[in-house]
Amino acid sequence: MSAVAAEGVWKFYGDFPALRDISFQVEPGACLALLGRNGAGKTTLLRILAGLSRAARGRVTVYGKDAREQETRQRIGILGHGIGIYDELSAFENLRLFGKLYGLKDPRGTALEWLERVGLERVKDSPVREFSRGMRQRLAVARAFLHGPSVLLLDEPFTALDDRAIAILQQLLVKARGEQRTILLSTHQLREALELSTQVVLLSRGRVAYRGERTAEMVADPGWLYRQYGE
Amino acid sequence: MTFLRQSLTMAAKDLRAELRTKEAINASVAFALVILLLFSFAFDPTAEQTREMSGGLLWIVFAFAGALILNRSFARELPNDCLDALVASPVSGAALFFGKCLANAILLLAVEFISLPVFGVFYNVWWTQRFWPLMHVLVLATWRLTVIGTMFRALTVNLRLREMMLPVLVYPMVIPALMAAMQLTTVLMAGEAIGADNLIWLRLLAGFDIIFTALGLVLVETVLVG
Repeated sequence: MSAVAAEGVWKFYGDFPALRDISFQVEPGACLALLGRNGAGKTTLLRILAGLSRAARGRVTVYGKDAREQETRQRIGILGHGIGIYDELSAFENLRLFGKLYGLKDPRGTALEWLERVGLERVKDSPVREFSRGMRQRLAVARAFLHGPSVLLLDEPFTALDDRAIAILQQLLVKARGEQRTILLSTHQLREALELSTQVVLLSRGRVAYRGERTAEMVADPGWLYRQYGE
Repeated sequence: MTFLRQSLTMAAKDLRAELRTKEAINASVAFALVILLLFSFAFDPTAEQTREMSGGLLWIVFAFAGALILNRSFARELPNDCLDALVASPVSGAALFFGKCLANAILLLAVEFISLPVFGVFYNVWWTQRFWPLMHVLVLATWRLTVIGTMFRALTVNLRLREMMLPVLVYPMVIPALMAAMQLTTVLMAGEAIGADNLIWLRLLAGFDIIFTALGLVLVETVLVG
């Protein structure tokens, strides 16, 4: 069974087809780099996979089940453009909240553990609105990984991260790969994405322009893919 | 996690956030008190006039004060795409909705409990003479306001003119509840019991509460996932 599968997915915004007949499969433990120019449909596709939006046609499944089923949402960790963190709550309160919502046995203990992992244990009781951008991003990473998701949907996760946050995220992704978690990663940072990935899907104007295994050629020359298959 | 635990978690989160910022509650209480005071100075009603208009005045104040609370309800989920994080989590749309209704109802009831003594003082009304029946009416009508308001807030959360759309959509829907609440409150403020001829209003409140709560629980998932 595929970890993530999209079959004939279409999405319209009004009359504009943001996604056109998208089909691909991601095996458990694989890391898929979802590439494409701005406006290609990467975020739209990730939102549908996360159950935040509905496809107009077609179907997406996570381990064979619909994206909106509760069991599916339990398995998914998402890091989108927004950090998904409440400014009025403290770092600890945010993680404890999501720990409870994800049904963790010890939300408090897990929250404290993750605050330490992302280097925010000293400011755990400070409201998030006082955090710098890098600190917020680190907290968002903790939120996405908190419940040990088997599928990670990451939409441009390296954007606006400081060096420390990038290092933390890269370590977590390498660890996730080692634990056979499935990762779908949309990013403009080709080199990092291609080094980490095992599969590549290139979107162009809402269509799949390339779908296949990551090759040594791509890693050696990240721009090759866009020159061959892009606009 | 059970539905009730999820709902209580969401309600606790909203209440904690509101108590930290006090954005909605301060504006709502200030609005309610100012309107009550202004009306008492502007019209200087007699005891008879006060009795007749008490229900209407109170529920107009509560309805508009409630809009200030309801406006914040889903608006606080927009910064940082928190709503996406919630919708992507295993919490059901129904639990998210119910939790927000609980939090909004508690906040609006707090505004009402602050307003009632002020009303009593400035309008010379002994509002506690039918205390428990009045509490029943307050809870039923407040729940109706918050359920409909929260539902339409979820519907309009991503619209540009959401601040304007909410009153336009909500007030026509709550008119039956407001009428019932006004009638019952007027009777109770006059010191009379809710008689057989006013029971229909109580049944209307309870019945619509059940119907709209059920509709909200069923429809909210469709509204939140576009």
